[in-house]
Formats: sequence, C-alpha cells, structure tokens
Amino acid sequence: MDAVWEWFRVLHATTGIKLTIFYDAFDRARFFNGFLTSLRLMALCLVCSVAIGIIGAWLQGARSALVRATTQAYIQFIRNTPPLVQLYFFYFALGAYLRHTNAAGLEVPLVSNFVWAVICLSLYAGAFNVEIFRAGIEAVPRETLEAAEALGYSRLKAYLHIVLPLAFRISLPALNNNLVNLVKTTTIAYAIAVPEMLYVANQIWSDELNVAEMMNVLLVIYVGLVGILVYGMGRWERRMRIPGYTPA
Amino acid sequence: MKTPASFPAARAAPSALRVTLAGVPALPIGGRHGIMLAVFLAMSMAVAQAQTGPAPPSIIATMLKWTPLLAQGFALNIAMSFLAMAIGTAFGFALGLGQISLLAPLRAGARAITQFFRNSPWLVLLFYCMLLLPFEVRIGNSIVALPGWAKATFGLALPVMANVSELVRGAVQSIPSGQWEAAESLAFTRLKTLRMIILPQCIKRMTPPWMNLYAILTVATPLTSVVGVSEAMTLTGDILSSEGRTELLVPMYLYLLMWFFVYCYPIARATAALERRFAVY
Amino acid sequence: MTWTPDQPLIRMRDVHKSFGAVPVLNGISLEVMKGEVVCIIGPSGAGKSTLIRCINALVPIDSGSILVEGQELHDPRLDKLALRRKVGMVFQQYNLFPHRTALDNIMMAPIHVLRRDRASVEAQARALLRKVGLEGKENFYPGELSGGQQQRVAIARSLAMAPDVMLFDEVTAALDPETVKEVLATIRELATDGMTCVIVTHEMGFAREVADRIYFTDRGVIVEHGPPAQFFAHCRDPRTRQFLSQIL
Repeated sequence: MDAVWEWFRVLHATTGIKLTIFYDAFDRARFFNGFLTSLRLMALCLVCSVAIGIIGAWLQGARSALVRATTQAYIQFIRNTPPLVQLYFFYFALGAYLRHTNAAGLEVPLVSNFVWAVICLSLYAGAFNVEIFRAGIEAVPRETLEAAEALGYSRLKAYLHIVLPLAFRISLPALNNNLVNLVKTTTIAYAIAVPEMLYVANQIWSDELNVAEMMNVLLVIYVGLVGILVYGMGRWERRMRIPGYTPA
Repeated sequence: MKTPASFPAARAAPSALRVTLAGVPALPIGGRHGIMLAVFLAMSMAVAQAQTGPAPPSIIATMLKWTPLLAQGFALNIAMSFLAMAIGTAFGFALGLGQISLLAPLRAGARAITQFFRNSPWLVLLFYCMLLLPFEVRIGNSIVALPGWAKATFGLALPVMANVSELVRGAVQSIPSGQWEAAESLAFTRLKTLRMIILPQCIKRMTPPWMNLYAILTVATPLTSVVGVSEAMTLTGDILSSEGRTELLVPMYLYLLMWFFVYCYPIARATAALERRFAVY
Repeated sequence: MTWTPDQPLIRMRDVHKSFGAVPVLNGISLEVMKGEVVCIIGPSGAGKSTLIRCINALVPIDSGSILVEGQELHDPRLDKLALRRKVGMVFQQYNLFPHRTALDNIMMAPIHVLRRDRASVEAQARALLRKVGLEGKENFYPGELSGGQQQRVAIARSLAMAPDVMLFDEVTAALDPETVKEVLATIRELATDGMTCVIVTHEMGFAREVADRIYFTDRGVIVEHGPPAQFFAHCRDPRTRQFLSQIL
C-alpha cells in the first residue's frame, strides 16, 4: 500500500501534480474522514427523505382539509425557496434559539450542524418525494383498486398488497432521479461547516495550495459516486419492472 | 407505435389557474400557501417585535430600511438566472442534438459530456469555475476582466446545459417513429425532418420541464454566495451581522425566503398549467 | 440503364432480410408493371410490412435485387431522396404531422423537397383535397379529423409528390368499418385513374375487386400469385387454401 502512496510522491516530484491526499498521512486521514462524513450524510438523508415522502403522501390523502393544506403549503414552500437559504434559516435563525448551557457554563447549540444538515436536506428531498409518491399512487388505475375490493380486500389491505407495490414501481424512475439530486445537494452542508468532502478539500487546498488537483479529485469522486448510484438504481429499476405494464 | 412521453400527472392545486383570452395562464396573486406563509411571517415578526426593547427600531422598520439593498442583491440573482439559463439552453440544445446524431463518436462525446455535468454537484462546479477560470482574459489586444459573478454564472450554466441536453434528447426520442418514417417517405432529408417536423413538435413537450429547470436554477443562485458573489444571500448575512440583533434572524431569513417564494411560486403554477394544457396526447 | 414501360416498374428478385437473428424475408420475387394494381395478402408476421418498406428503401435488404424503374436499390450509392420522389407511401397509422393543418401537410414536401413555388403547390393541394373528398377541411389539424379523414389526407399528401407508384401498408387496419369504405373508395379511384399501386391489405373483397394480381406471402416467401379470379377460385397451395378458409 505504501508503494502506491510513494508513487504519488514521485508524481509530485516529477510533474508537480500535488496529490497530498495520497502520500501525506494527515491529509489522507482527514480527506477519508470527510469522504465518510459525506457518505453518512447521504445515507441518512436518503432514508429520512423517503420516510418523509411516504408520510407526506399519506397525509395528502387525509380527510381533514387543514392537514392537506398544511402538507401542500410545506411542499410548495420547500420547492419554491432556495435550499441554501433554508439551511441557513435552520442553522443560524432557529439554531440561535435552540441553545442550552452545558456543564462548563457555556452556551452551546442543542443541535449540531451535521444534524441540521440532515434535517434540512431530508425535508428538502422529502417534499419532492411526497409529490412523486402521490403521482405514483394516482397513476394506479382506479379499476385495479375496485377489482381488489370486489375480491374482498379491505381498503388498507388493498393499498398494502396491490396499490403501493404498483405505485412504487411507477414512481421508481422519478424517485431515483430525486435521490441522485439529493446526493448532489448534500454539498451545500459545506456552508454550515459540516466537515464533508468539499469542506475538507477546501481545508486541504488552503494548506497545500493544490486547488486544481483537489477540485479535479472532488469532481471525479462525486461523478463516480453518482455514477455508481445511477447504475445501482438502474439495475434495481430493471429488476422491478413488470413486463408489458403501462399504467393509464 | 411508440406513445409520446407523458408528463407526471399535474398535482391538483387547490385553486385552478385562470386562463386569459390569449391562452396565457393568468398569474395568481396570492394563493392559499402564500397567505399561510405571510401569516407565519407576520406572526414571527410579532413575536420578535414583542422581544425588542423600546430603544432599537422595530423589526418591520429595519426590514423596510434594508429592502432596497436586498432588492439590488435579488436583482443580481435574477440576472444570473437569466444569463445562466440562456447560455445553458443554447449549449444544451446543441449538445442534445449531438446526442441523437448519426455519427457514433459525436453521439458518445455528447453523451459523456452530458452525463458528466449532470452527475456533478452544482456547488462543486461553482467552486471549480470560480477558482480555476482566469480572472481576466486577453481578447486580441485588450484584457477583459472576468468578474466573480460572471464566472459563477458560467458555473451555473454548465449543469443547465446538461439538463437541457437530456430534455432535448428525451423529447426527440418521444416523437413516434411514424413521424420519421412519413417524413422519410416524402423524401425529406434528416436535417429538414428535424427542423420542420420533429423539433416543432418537441418544443411543446420541452416547455414545462424547461420552466421547471429555470425554477431550480433560480433557487440555486444563492449558492454563489458561498463562492463570494455579493447577491441577496450574502447581503442578508451582511445586514444581519451589521445589525447584530438576534431577534432579526428569523424574520430576515423568512423575508429572504419570501422574496424567492413570490418569484418562483407563480412560475411553478404556470408550469403546472402548461403541463395540463399540453398533455393532450 | 434506361427504363421503358414495357419493363416491370418494380422488380424484386430473391430478396432476403433478417432483423438480427430473425429472418423476415426469405427470397421474395415479384414484378409490378406500370399501371398494375398488386395486392399482397398473408397472415400477420409474414413480412408484408417489411416487404413494402423495402420498395422505398425505408428498410435496407441483406441480399437480392430490387429494381424500381431500372434503379437498383441494393446499392450503397443509391440516391434515396430521388427514389422517394418516385415512390409514395401511405401508412397504417397515417403519420400526419400533428402540428400542421391538413393543407400544410400536403404542401410541405413539394415546397421544401421539390422546391416548387407556393402558389402552384397550394392550388394542387386544394385540388387533391377535393379529389379525396375533403373540401372544406383545409385548415383543420389532424387531431380534429376522424381516422378515415386523416388517412385520406395522408393519401393526398403522398399524391402531391406526383409519384410513379404508390405503396399502401394496411391503410385501413386502424379504421372502423364505416370509414374503411371511404378510404377504399379513394384508393379504387386512384387505381382506375391508372396509378400503379402495391397494396398490403386484409380486405379480401377489395382485393378481389381492384387488384390485377394478388400475391400471397407466408413466412417471408411468396407462396402463390395470380389474377384475382383464378387466385380465389383455384388456388393450388394448401397454405393459401388454409389462409383463405380462415378469413373468407
């Protein structure tokens, strides 16, 4: 393994391409941690946003008009305002009020910036997911639900066993697209100093003055990550595809 | 026969969009959601107001004082969004046509470029452009300075270009193959077929997602504040730090969010209405 | 090679075509003289659509020879555009251009491809619309016309190019029975006016009435052919007899 790192040191010596994240142990460690933080952020946001999407889609079908209107207001607000400003709002504005004094008598924020990032990004992607799941459910023909009920399924069972599996398959392409966008959007956590990849890369290039190299590495990694996600999602989509099924 | 692409079912908005005589959707003023948000904003301002002592000026007065400056910053956001959309659409259109070209290398190259810029985070591209594009270019004998916002606009145009490219490709591929066959049988060349038959039919299909892309771009313009462009977000931060009052935080950020909401929400409604109208296939 | 009317207008010899590993045309040979009306019948999947698409080079053939007015189609230097000015085609799905009016649909190709002047093209287009019985529908869009009307506009559109031979690919298959009659009447009129026609059809009554020769294809080969009277009364091949007994 050390031979690989040494190769990069030689590369720097001969061509001037400075990739300290490979041959310098400190930079290597902090970049790797940044990478892991990014992955953790992405994974958490993915899961939470899907959960919010499911809950929101269910709320949108609620009987109470107030619940429906509130859900719509949430969705429209999130979609039509900048995610970065939302993030600042959560972290700076709301965060200013959520403080408590710790044992040493200092005022510290209750919620860390990482958690705010997860909350904000999950709410952001969740709003889009609500629309996607709703469209999927509505795309299942009413006749299918009627047939299920005619066979004796209760409303709940019909949804669980017939409508939701179909709706899920219909929403899958749009959902995948949204999840890919979410992965790209996690970079805005940089703005509130979450030590994810972009932030750590910034620290490294400030120290080592290798902006071009670090930017290229970042681009390659992100494009690669997203590429893997797209590929994986595509495989999953194909596995879930129902031959010959086109919903109304 | 291939069926045309159908857009996702337009979500039923609480109030239907009125269509004027010219067929252009009337822009809604207010909307149940806007009213709810305005109520929320007013309530938060009232709470903040209650917390201020008698000496400093009221929240509302402060916000009004800074509104002209904020408007200037917001104008830069809008200007950047227009420019980036124009540049991105122009290049993206060409790239999209490249993706359907009959020449395999051109197709592969266009596809690679499109996928690359689609898979890159917008903020990383912004950083890339800000840091690695030169701060001045020599054209002929003169040196032209590239201001920060110009580089940022270019950085925003890149993902727009990739998305437009995909839009164009998707729209062209959704035109039934029978149209191509009929044009071919009438001895139209490929170029003429594209120009007179395929692309005119694509414009309608592309418009709603294209407007959607513009809305996404507009709400992405505050990202440029991270790379140092002095637009609405930066100015809000400056205002808040110069005033130094914690009770201003929530109202000011909500105020900024409202600015964007008031601009983007009508666009979203118009897009949904167009989607409904064009989905006659 | 200059072509004279005593030679066949269309001559196919031993034409083979496979799509991937699937052979569709397995040695087709047929001849169409000028002024002749030829009907091609056969079970689905017999390759009739492919056959007719080979005649105007929409589908390139693998081997064999197709001569249209003495011009060899199985030739890399073939001038496709010149060929398509001589050979007109009408499709099962009409394939009108939905964003242009009926009159525009007819006028587009002569103006943009043949570069004729607008005034004479418009006069001819109006005359053609009158001929197919659609006077008054000039400014209607395809979406506002019935299936039969659209198909007649499609016929007029091909006629505007003044072709020497017209190909019809199951043009009534997508229409309901009442509108089938009006389209067949239009084709019958064309045939009696002396246009060379190659018609793929399921309408046996129409074929018997209008055709000069009938070709029966099955599994990519011409099984039997002859003038209608002889064909329907005294067919020799058992496959022909089986097909006719199923549909008559």
